[in-house]
Amino acid sequence: MSHDMSENLPEAHVASHGTDVVSHDDPFADPGLPAHEPRRTDIDERAAKRAERQVSLMFVVSMLATVGFIASYAAIDADKIVYIFPLGHVSALNFALGMTLGVALFCIGAGAVHWARTLMSDHELPAERHPIEADDDVRNDVIEQFKTGAAESGFGRRKMIRNTLIGSMALVPLSGVVLLRDLGPLPEKKLLHTGWNEAEPSKPIKLVNMNTNEPMKPEDIVQGSLTFAKPEGLEESAEDFQQQIAKDALMIVRIAPGDIKDAESRDKGFEGILAYSKICTHVGCPISLYEQQTHHALCPCHQSTFDLADGARVIFGPAGHPLPQLKITTDEQGFLIATGDFDEPVGPSYWERPR
Amino acid sequence: MSSASGTKSSASKPASTRAKPANKAEATADWVDGRLGIYSLAKANLRKIFPDHWSFMLGEICLYSFIIIILTGVYLTLFFKPSMAETVYHGSYLPLNGIRMSEAYASTVNISFEVRGGLLIRQIHHWAALVFVAAMFVHMMRVFFTGAFRKPREINWLFGFLLLCLGFFDGFFGYSLPDDLLSGTGIRFMEGAILAVPIVGTYIQMFLFGGEFPGTDIIPRFFTIHVLLIPGIMLGLLVAHLILVFYHKHTQWAGPGKTEKNVVGMPLMPVYMAKAGGFFFLVFGIIAVMSAVATINPVWAYGPYRPDQVSTDAQPDWYMGFAEGLIRFMPGWEISVWGGHTLNLGVFIPLMIFPLVLVAIAVWPFIESWVTGDKREHHILDRPRNAPVRTAFGAAWIALYLVLLVGGGNDLVATHLHMSINTITYAVRVGFFVVPVLTFIVTKRWCLGLQRRDKDKVLHGRESGIIKRLPHGEFVEVHTPLPQKDLHTLTAHEQPRPLELPAETDENGVARKAGAITKARVKLSEGFYGEGNQIAKPTTEEYHEITSGHGHH
Repeated sequence: MSHDMSENLPEAHVASHGTDVVSHDDPFADPGLPAHEPRRTDIDERAAKRAERQVSLMFVVSMLATVGFIASYAAIDADKIVYIFPLGHVSALNFALGMTLGVALFCIGAGAVHWARTLMSDHELPAERHPIEADDDVRNDVIEQFKTGAAESGFGRRKMIRNTLIGSMALVPLSGVVLLRDLGPLPEKKLLHTGWNEAEPSKPIKLVNMNTNEPMKPEDIVQGSLTFAKPEGLEESAEDFQQQIAKDALMIVRIAPGDIKDAESRDKGFEGILAYSKICTHVGCPISLYEQQTHHALCPCHQSTFDLADGARVIFGPAGHPLPQLKITTDEQGFLIATGDFDEPVGPSYWERPR
Repeated sequence: MSSASGTKSSASKPASTRAKPANKAEATADWVDGRLGIYSLAKANLRKIFPDHWSFMLGEICLYSFIIIILTGVYLTLFFKPSMAETVYHGSYLPLNGIRMSEAYASTVNISFEVRGGLLIRQIHHWAALVFVAAMFVHMMRVFFTGAFRKPREINWLFGFLLLCLGFFDGFFGYSLPDDLLSGTGIRFMEGAILAVPIVGTYIQMFLFGGEFPGTDIIPRFFTIHVLLIPGIMLGLLVAHLILVFYHKHTQWAGPGKTEKNVVGMPLMPVYMAKAGGFFFLVFGIIAVMSAVATINPVWAYGPYRPDQVSTDAQPDWYMGFAEGLIRFMPGWEISVWGGHTLNLGVFIPLMIFPLVLVAIAVWPFIESWVTGDKREHHILDRPRNAPVRTAFGAAWIALYLVLLVGGGNDLVATHLHMSINTITYAVRVGFFVVPVLTFIVTKRWCLGLQRRDKDKVLHGRESGIIKRLPHGEFVEVHTPLPQKDLHTLTAHEQPRPLELPAETDENGVARKAGAITKARVKLSEGFYGEGNQIAKPTTEEYHEITSGHGHH
């Protein structure tokens, strides 16, 4: 847009700078700064004295509060709980320290502000503003200096120096980038498998109840219940427990086989016992709200809702695909076992996830 | 020779032509001035004039809460152990006795129960962080709705905007550090969001976490980012922000004696030193009392983080709530691209809208100055009603933000108001598009209504409440004319005319076609300043015509 827009902008409002000359033609002209109106403390020495005492009183209260802070720190036990209306049962030390510190600080502030408002001069003064941009002389002078400096450096003329400098400056940050490589491993196939991948038909892994730490039998699982499980051998004390449980955690439900709508899902289960991944396929929260009548499981983080009777199909919310299901069966002693990994990666989806 | 013994022999050559200082204090000041040049610095600033208005304190609250956060944060680092090494808790908080947890969580529990005053400092730190972000928001709104971002302050607006964004993220990193069940869930969400990034998502995730989630690196890494990297950048931006406030001098409201060429107010020393300095203590005092009476983030009640456990009502701190809303109301779209690759649009789209929501408000000053073609400096603030489109846009932005905040707290809305969570989520999906538009329309009309009211007040004066009976029996209410200072204040704003398309032929008669951008700009300008988009200010003629015919309406 090249043409000048300035004609569309209004003229600056007419301002009459003198306070006494008010144009009768322009009722909207600036009458200038109003005269100062004295405060009570400006004209009444007793009021000023009173204000002075009020300010000092606040500073004295602050001092007392600081003494109170130190005394509370020394005198009150850290684990003492007291009842304070309407807060309820609270830590006595936290309450005492916070209140005394708060009062000590607040009174300094209140005193200072009261002092400024009542006793310091409240004459409003104007100060001139100057345009931020430099005038043309300065501007031309600076540009001239810059040109001189640039010419003396020979930056524009000696192209070889310029180009090699640009090249070296462009390359040198690469060292910093390379150094970031060891921040972590490459993804490779890490997200593809879980701890259940160690299971084989010849070497199955038992499902272990998360709460009792015991292997599970089908008869332990009643219809309508929700049980959390982990692979046998994964102990809380293990070094990589957090990392493993973030992928291996199971949600076990038992649904009357006739109510299971998805045949493939029914086949992966055992007599209506279905083992789904507990990790939400949206962004990885553990799903933990189960509605036994409808067989819906809800993620408390973002409310993705899965129908566990229908292959954990997503029926509501932001999750993009069903929960993976682990194929289970029983061994000869009747314990629930898995003989392989999930068919698909658990947890949130990602670019390399097969689909 | 600079030693004392040398001064006597070279007495004929005085080191300085300055008169002898009157007292010790002046002598000290002279000494410092000789090295730092403080007199020149103080000449411009000691009695610097600042205008007075309550809304100018909002920025101060940001500054003071930032200082409080730094002071308390340094204290917390003395006790906090940013480590994910496992430990078994044996402390005075018995419900957690014998529980496995990370050092980070255990040390946070210790700060809360073992260190005397530790809980208070933790709570002051967290409360101050909430106040900090909230104050930045309100401060930014003040600057936005009064047009204080206009030339020469656009860059300072951007500095402020960056501070707000960094404040968001430092808050997020900060509340993630204790490694409790709630914050760990937040980190898990972040991991899921990163995985949704096409092509490089898994790489970023592995590099950030040092392996698979959760690994043992994320808390120490967040710690460095939280206490060093981001606060360092923020401190630099903050200093630059303040230098520019001093350099530009503060904006002021229109009023008698106030012009674009001056600033009217009271001097830094003593009035603002006392008021602003005192205000720091007021802010600190109030936050300390808040921390004494109101518990914030009781991590001991949440328990240590475990990836297979979660609590209901999992909510981020309030300022991240709008991002949470985006992620919750989005439908679960997941598509297959480029033969077998997965694109998780259900997470990736919100991830992209998140910065766009913020950037939308950040670029407004540049859009506005482009549409108006205004290249002049502005130091007199606009009343929001006198810039209806800007005000309506700002209100629409806030409305969008609030819709998303409701979306982010849909579970709380559902449980507290006994509503269906599905209905709320569907309503947020519709509201995301509809509410900002409605807000824009309503706010703009509201502004125009207020402009009409101002015009009416200027021309007809204020209703006095006195009813007069005219000789022919008609009752009229006597209106009191406004004093000149009010007439001036109410008419001090500028009313630009909309841009016009350049003539179709130039001065030589050659056809000249306006490009699409020019046309769009003219159209926008029409929307800003065209007929029906601002109420013409009363003119002198109108005023004289009405005031000369007494009692006439």
